[in-house]
Amino acid sequence: MRFSRSSKSVFGLLTAGVLLVIYAPLAVVLVNSFNSNRNMIWPPPGFTTDWWVSAFHSNGLWEAVGTSVIVALASTAIALTLGTLVAMALSRYRFFGRSTVNLLVVLPIALPGIVTGIALNNGFRTILGLQLTLGTVIVAHATFCIVTVFNNVMARLSRVSPNLVDASSDLGAGLWTTFRLVTFPQLRSALMAGGLLAFGLSFDEIIVTTFTAGSGVTTLPIWILNNMFRPGQAPVVNVIAVVLVVISSVPIYLAQRLSGDDADNAKG
Amino acid sequence: MARAGSDFRTSFAHRISSLLFNRAKLRLGLLLAAPITWLVLIYVFALVALLVTAFWTVDSFTGAVHMEWSLNNIQTVLTSSLYRAVTLRTVGIACLVTIADLILAFPIAFFMAKIAGPRSRRLLVIAILMPLWASYLVKAYAWRAVLSHDGLLQWLLAPIGGQTPGYGLTAVILTQGYLWLPYVILPIFTGLEKVQNSLLEASSDLGAKNWQTIRRVVLPLLVPSIVAASIFSFSLTLGDYITVNIVGGASQMLGNLVYTNVGAANNLPMAAAVALIPVILMFGYLAAVRRTGALESL
Amino acid sequence: MKLAAMKLSALFVGAAMALSACSAATPSASTASSITKLGKGEGSLSLLGWPGYAEDGSNDPKVDWVTPFEQASGCQVTFKSYGTSDEALNLFKTGNYDAIAASGDATLRLIASGAVQPLNTKLIPSYKGVYSFLKNRAWNTVDGKTYGVPHGYGANLLMYKKDVVKPAPTSWSVVFDGSSAYKGHVTAYDSPIYIADAAVYLMAHNPKLGIKNPYALDDNQLKAAVDLLKSQRANVGEYWSDYLKEISAFESGDSVVGTTWQVIVNSMSAKANVGAVLPSEGATGWSDSWMVASNTKHVNCAYKWLDYIDSAKANAAATEYFGEAPVTQAACQYGSAGFCDSYHAGDATYASKIWYWTTPIAKCLDGRTDVQCTDYAAWTTAWQEIKG
Repeated sequence: MRFSRSSKSVFGLLTAGVLLVIYAPLAVVLVNSFNSNRNMIWPPPGFTTDWWVSAFHSNGLWEAVGTSVIVALASTAIALTLGTLVAMALSRYRFFGRSTVNLLVVLPIALPGIVTGIALNNGFRTILGLQLTLGTVIVAHATFCIVTVFNNVMARLSRVSPNLVDASSDLGAGLWTTFRLVTFPQLRSALMAGGLLAFGLSFDEIIVTTFTAGSGVTTLPIWILNNMFRPGQAPVVNVIAVVLVVISSVPIYLAQRLSGDDADNAKG
Repeated sequence: MARAGSDFRTSFAHRISSLLFNRAKLRLGLLLAAPITWLVLIYVFALVALLVTAFWTVDSFTGAVHMEWSLNNIQTVLTSSLYRAVTLRTVGIACLVTIADLILAFPIAFFMAKIAGPRSRRLLVIAILMPLWASYLVKAYAWRAVLSHDGLLQWLLAPIGGQTPGYGLTAVILTQGYLWLPYVILPIFTGLEKVQNSLLEASSDLGAKNWQTIRRVVLPLLVPSIVAASIFSFSLTLGDYITVNIVGGASQMLGNLVYTNVGAANNLPMAAAVALIPVILMFGYLAAVRRTGALESL
Repeated sequence: MKLAAMKLSALFVGAAMALSACSAATPSASTASSITKLGKGEGSLSLLGWPGYAEDGSNDPKVDWVTPFEQASGCQVTFKSYGTSDEALNLFKTGNYDAIAASGDATLRLIASGAVQPLNTKLIPSYKGVYSFLKNRAWNTVDGKTYGVPHGYGANLLMYKKDVVKPAPTSWSVVFDGSSAYKGHVTAYDSPIYIADAAVYLMAHNPKLGIKNPYALDDNQLKAAVDLLKSQRANVGEYWSDYLKEISAFESGDSVVGTTWQVIVNSMSAKANVGAVLPSEGATGWSDSWMVASNTKHVNCAYKWLDYIDSAKANAAATEYFGEAPVTQAACQYGSAGFCDSYHAGDATYASKIWYWTTPIAKCLDGRTDVQCTDYAAWTTAWQEIKG
């Protein structure tokens, strides 16, 4: 395709337009975090930094952030392990039931969250008789995060030549050594990208979490949900949203750096 | 590279490695053991148990579940005009949201994948992913403010004589379209990256105009990614009840019916029966698109 | 291969069914009696309630009535909030909570399922000071046994924007028969219990139906209420379930008239220019009750909490923060100026016009024995059909 100046600028304009649409509501969120009226009426009658101060001092908020981070880290770790295993199996071997396994991995995210939520809730509480704790949330999150890791690793593995693995074992390396020194370095960027997406998915998840979190477990989305009902506390949620968006740029940038380098190398 | 030398040849690790070397099936089994066990025991089991519950009934007052087999719930779901209407409404909204998102996603994904330089591409990806971290609830409430009677949209449309659609189905489509957009852009972007530039160059060498190339070369190659993106947006819309509560005005969708049955009616069997609708719809869709290879592009 | 797969699936489904059967045991209604003696605190207490019912300073260091309780009783409190009564029931069923603050649309369901135990009010000294019109009511007392002590109470008022709804309304007709004048801008509470509001209206405007208690509706009466609500639906802009929604809707002008809570009226800005009234037909209202779980391991701490939350100082703090009337006159001296007046605390006439939320049950709450009344499940189905 030859891109004339005009078609480049058309695409560029459309892109800018979409970005504007994406960020306009976030600008509303930012403005609302300074809204002097605690019911966030629009347009804001005045501005105040009270909510930012209040957010900083709110123990409940920081505990919720901590809980969310723990849940996301644990779920991502599990998802990374399981996702890589499945991806390696599916990319290297042809076997009966291959597409069924693929479907199985995809199901937790393809079926609506509320179905997953009530199914797991029923499964944990009624059938297994378990209490709903941090563990149940982690298990639930890990289950639907597997697919993001799986996809990234599959895509990466399809670009990796199996010859390298063969060469490695020809040279006498055992399976684990081959994985550690040959396969894993190539997968690293895919794992980073998949892991980051899994982390983000888990961090912001509300529907499945509502159904699988016990009484003592307050992840950040649950805290936000509660605070939207709490008398006069609602604007604080805008503060945390802004902070998260800004902070998220760092890990996203890092992940992009890592996967971007490999993508550039592998481009055909 | 560290080599353990002759120790390695007799070590335990080596014995395992050589044992597995020729036994592909064993290797496969070991790889699949953990993930499959996890998924089946935790997810499939729970899902089947839930669907089995759909055939039971509940004592309406105490909430105790009676395990007598009855097709009551299924019958209600299939015959009641309420469920028909709400299902059609939800599927309709899901289609509109998906189409809107695909239309919005394509230009930006194309720009990112084919036109932007590596630096801008990286920045754009970051810009697309960052909003995912602002909480879903906060974004939905922001849209509530935007769509309100004296909100941003009204302010923008007033000079040209327009009016905000207010809270209702249109608002739901706009908000859900906004919320799922990053999930739609990403697969399309990934898919576009895989389309080799040489193909595009060849196409224009053969005389095709740009939009012809897009229509005849790019889009067919993108089908798996488009389907993958649509799976996301369909599934998210079919089960959503929160957005409807925030901007949906007086309307309700399938997710709300499931949610109120779990909550208000305290009637898990009925909720499970209603949940069968989106489950069957998604299964049907997944089966139909298996051929396109979309499942690998999620 | 295919046969093997089918057999495997059948086995699988069978196992799932068997496991489900094992654990979905039917609880029986509690025949337990209340405790007779109060012992030492057990050291911890797990509470479930509406957001803002048990603040411990973690959201706002200045708002805290839980820490004084923890220091005095030695019971460490964990609190979980819920968004709707129905969510409350679901959470409480997990058995993780020792006490729950439940609204009337949930209390009878809790009592019937045996989830809560009858209370020995002699062991709750603060109960003596509670307003008499909140004691021994249909939603907290069954067969002469009291199951809950009140947290606060409030009415569902009619709120309207003064510059849009003229003249100032005194009747619910602006949201029912007269609602077409405000098409697209009427609002109502999003819950099946709102059907009772329609019933209250019909009590005054259609006495031929013979409704004596808006929570005791037989099939005919329910149908009349549902028809009224379906015609209202055409004019409703949105139903509200959390009050932030209603506040934003009235502030922006998306809603101009509908049911509300006093706390919402108090939160509106001057610019919104709203007024609120308890209409002539009367209104529904709510009085949440603190109840103790049947199988709690912390019954002493639970009783201490019930006593504490009904005590003057704590009750004033809790109800003023949430935005409802306190349960005891003594609380008025602890609230800020005008607190009790704003919520009409202690005004027995005002309170008598309120039909407090009570779970509709098959056994008619107005005492009729010749017909079966519609229960909450029927109301829920009806509500879904009204929303369409």
